[in-house]
Amino acid sequence: MIISTLKDKIKVLKTSNFDPVSSEVFGKQLKIAMIFVLIVFGILILRLWFLQIVNGSAYRAKSEHNRIRLHVIAPFRGMIFDRKGRVLVDNRPSYDLYVIPEEVQDRPQLLKRLSLFADLDSKHAGRILDKAACGYPFKPVCLKKGISRDELAKIETHSFDLPGVMIKVRPERHYFYEGLGSHVLGYLGEISEDQLRGGQFRDNKSGDLIGKTGVERKWQTLLNGVRGGEQVEVDAVGRRIEVISRRASVSGANICLTIDKDLQMLAEELLHGKHGAIVAMDPSNGEVLALASSPSYDSNLFIQGIDRRTWQNIVSSKDFPLQNRALTGQYPPASIFKIVVALAGLEEGVITPEEEIFCNGTFTLGKQRYRCWKKYGHGKVNLHRALMESCDVYFYNVGRRLGVDKIAEYARRLGLGNKTGINLDHEKGGLIPTSEWKLRRWGVPWQAGETISTSIGQSFVLTTPIQIATLISAVFNGGRIFTPQVTKWVRKTGGKSLFESSPQSPRNAGIRQEYLDLARNALIGAVNQPHGTGSKARIKGLAVAGKTGTAQVVALKKEKEKKSGSEIPWKFRDHAWFVAVAPADTPKIAVAVLIEHGGHGGSAAAPIAKELIKAYLQVPL
Amino acid sequence: MLDRRLIQNFDWVLLLLLLFEAGISILNLYSATYPIRDLGGLEIFTKQIYWFLIGFTVFFLMTTFNYYLLERLAYPLYFFAIALLILVLIVGKVMSGSQRWLSLGPISFQPSELAKIAIVLVLAKFFSERGENREYRLRDLWQPFVLTAIPCFLILKEPDLGTALFLGMISISMILIVKVYWKSLVIFLCSSFLAAPLIWFGLKEYQQKRVLSFLSPGMDPLGAGYHVNQSKIAIGSGQFWGKGFLKGTQTRLHFLPEQHTDFAFSVLAEEWGLIGSAVLLLTYLFIILWGLNIAKSSKDTFGSIVAVGIVTIVFWQVVINVGMVTGLLPVVGIPLLLFSYGGSSLISTMAAMGILMNISMRRFMFQ
Repeated sequence: MIISTLKDKIKVLKTSNFDPVSSEVFGKQLKIAMIFVLIVFGILILRLWFLQIVNGSAYRAKSEHNRIRLHVIAPFRGMIFDRKGRVLVDNRPSYDLYVIPEEVQDRPQLLKRLSLFADLDSKHAGRILDKAACGYPFKPVCLKKGISRDELAKIETHSFDLPGVMIKVRPERHYFYEGLGSHVLGYLGEISEDQLRGGQFRDNKSGDLIGKTGVERKWQTLLNGVRGGEQVEVDAVGRRIEVISRRASVSGANICLTIDKDLQMLAEELLHGKHGAIVAMDPSNGEVLALASSPSYDSNLFIQGIDRRTWQNIVSSKDFPLQNRALTGQYPPASIFKIVVALAGLEEGVITPEEEIFCNGTFTLGKQRYRCWKKYGHGKVNLHRALMESCDVYFYNVGRRLGVDKIAEYARRLGLGNKTGINLDHEKGGLIPTSEWKLRRWGVPWQAGETISTSIGQSFVLTTPIQIATLISAVFNGGRIFTPQVTKWVRKTGGKSLFESSPQSPRNAGIRQEYLDLARNALIGAVNQPHGTGSKARIKGLAVAGKTGTAQVVALKKEKEKKSGSEIPWKFRDHAWFVAVAPADTPKIAVAVLIEHGGHGGSAAAPIAKELIKAYLQVPL
Repeated sequence: MLDRRLIQNFDWVLLLLLLFEAGISILNLYSATYPIRDLGGLEIFTKQIYWFLIGFTVFFLMTTFNYYLLERLAYPLYFFAIALLILVLIVGKVMSGSQRWLSLGPISFQPSELAKIAIVLVLAKFFSERGENREYRLRDLWQPFVLTAIPCFLILKEPDLGTALFLGMISISMILIVKVYWKSLVIFLCSSFLAAPLIWFGLKEYQQKRVLSFLSPGMDPLGAGYHVNQSKIAIGSGQFWGKGFLKGTQTRLHFLPEQHTDFAFSVLAEEWGLIGSAVLLLTYLFIILWGLNIAKSSKDTFGSIVAVGIVTIVFWQVVINVGMVTGLLPVVGIPLLLFSYGGSSLISTMAAMGILMNISMRRFMFQ
């Protein structure tokens, strides 16, 4: 039916739109077009004549001796320095063993000889050659990457007996200090299909190594440099005769980090064998001096193409060595959080510095009893003593007066609950609960009891070590919240600057200086006065301020009550926190230490902070 | 559907030219993929044979209806093509940095191919409605200009500079053939000459590099310059008689880049020499002249202009590709139609050829 109507329409069209082409103009135009076509095709044929007949024999000769090969000149990846200009990452020559299948005369013999000179599985090598030979007979096939100096010497000496074998030199990434700063520096890996297709990495091609994490990834495009290349004419045995044209590669830009190599090394040493993280920061500008996470890994492992088993071991390890705990580990801040509650209490006027609250060891809310860590209580405590001796009952009271939403407001103002914005991957934001959040997330209203545990940094509160470092810096720098920096500058080899970390305008937390001073004095007391919880961080002749924290691995209280100390299974032990700043009056370094399942903050984390401060400020022993 | 008169008027010349073309193409593709037989080459070869079978089916399908239908469908088809071009920017497959392909299950195709035919049809409709016995001034041409600019802009966004320019060339050629007032022509040429620097700065860096490497091949020894050099060696070394089937060393030893797609002509020129390449070029020439003849003898303006448009597509693709592989024009990545490997280009070309055949078959209908 449809067809019939369509046919009708066409009939109508046929009669109405029918106008015979009798036009002279159009005919003439077509003639011109024909002539134009003939001329253009004439040109094409002439061009072919010129190439194939006039220059034919020259091109024939060229094709017969065509050994013009395209060699890629890989660019040098930019170097990475520490804040004092010491090399952390550079490039080394790596010698790769290649074979050109077409030029091999007696393969079994060649492989036998090669296995004498180099550590090479001849069966495996044979398989690689089989696979390659069917496709590109003249293309060199890599049998082994990164042969040793000894192997190189032997192969070079016997090169006459090894036809078809060639050695290629290639700059290879080298992390100067094995495993140092791996979480900041990151590692390299082969570019993936998706990344190649994405068009973001125009300068790279398949097989290239690109930064997969850390600084190596964040500055990938600048570090990478621009590949060069040359058209090289080679003779029958593959010797270079002439470089026809050449474009030099451009080295990648160099990067200077804010990290201090010595401090970083010490931090990693102190963390060795433990699980945890350390962040050391300059409180006056947010520059990260050290950022360590343990367990760690060696970035060098990834360079030669990590083998399956090692990768599996790293990825499936329950220790999560790839995880950067300083940025992605989220832990309850525990008593560290009391600093926030104290400042909030003062600012909101629910507490005065002089007011004393009686601590008898417990705090009762309804039927629920909340304990102080000190079984028989602190007696009468004011703000100074409460912070210094970390009295729980005092802060239960302050927290109750403030309410959870006020606490949350100040926590956020002081840099918790949000990503700090450090220029590294996968940073987590932590969690600062509010009553609105609880309702939205869990569908139940906020419980008054939860405010009590929130006010000593437990219940839902989660923070990352880098946030805690920013928080403690703010207390000592007049309430300024800096975005932590790891990169000082990025410069081209010639010296042209591509990035300089400029003094940023920090966000102000809006806390009155007199209150900050109160907190500061209490934290100095915590380390230096009798009964202070952080006495293990005391350094003679230096005003160190600090705060301990002992984060409960919740829900397992009962398990813990039965035993004490080392009797508790490791994974049920508390996380130990310690934050410290020194010198307290003119702060140069702020440290946040977290030891997973370390036990008590004052005993497990404070000594580590002390060592770091001592080393950085070079206090004589 | 086909009555006897139609069969009597069947254009055997065009069909024979196409069959001949298909034969050379398949033969050449066998050689071009021979070195990579075990690495998917054989698959490419057999796939192309299927594409040709589908292509000829499409070709015959396009002859079964009266081409007047196309005049009615011109605008719907045009807007469909525009919609697909927009769609490809949103959900298209990204391959080596540009988004040109739409996937339908296992099949993927380039909407820009459809755009070529659509633009020919709308322009033909526009000019046939205006009548052919007049000279156009620039102000009469704003409509064709907009009709061309929209798909050009969308294709430029993918980005695919070559195809966008190609589309522009098709419509300019069609406008020139329907005759433009000579003063308008001068103004147009001058203004486009002035616009050239603007276009230059609108290009992406790699596109600028390509043009530069064409202007001085030594500058980019790695990229396009190398390809053109190797292509010239391949063509030149073919000399008069060629090196023989499957004996081209440039092809065999992988000196030629993309030897089954953009540089397929170089493979032919190396193995069959001037004789082979001239035969191929003459085949194209015959198709083009035959098409112009169809345009001339068509009994209505629409058919005539459509035929001209289709001829234009063939002409410019051949000239750009052969110009490119012989080092006369920059490397823009336009395949040789009916000859290079590639399904979506082949199908759309065969559809266009089917339309040409349709016009040819029906030119005597109203005598």
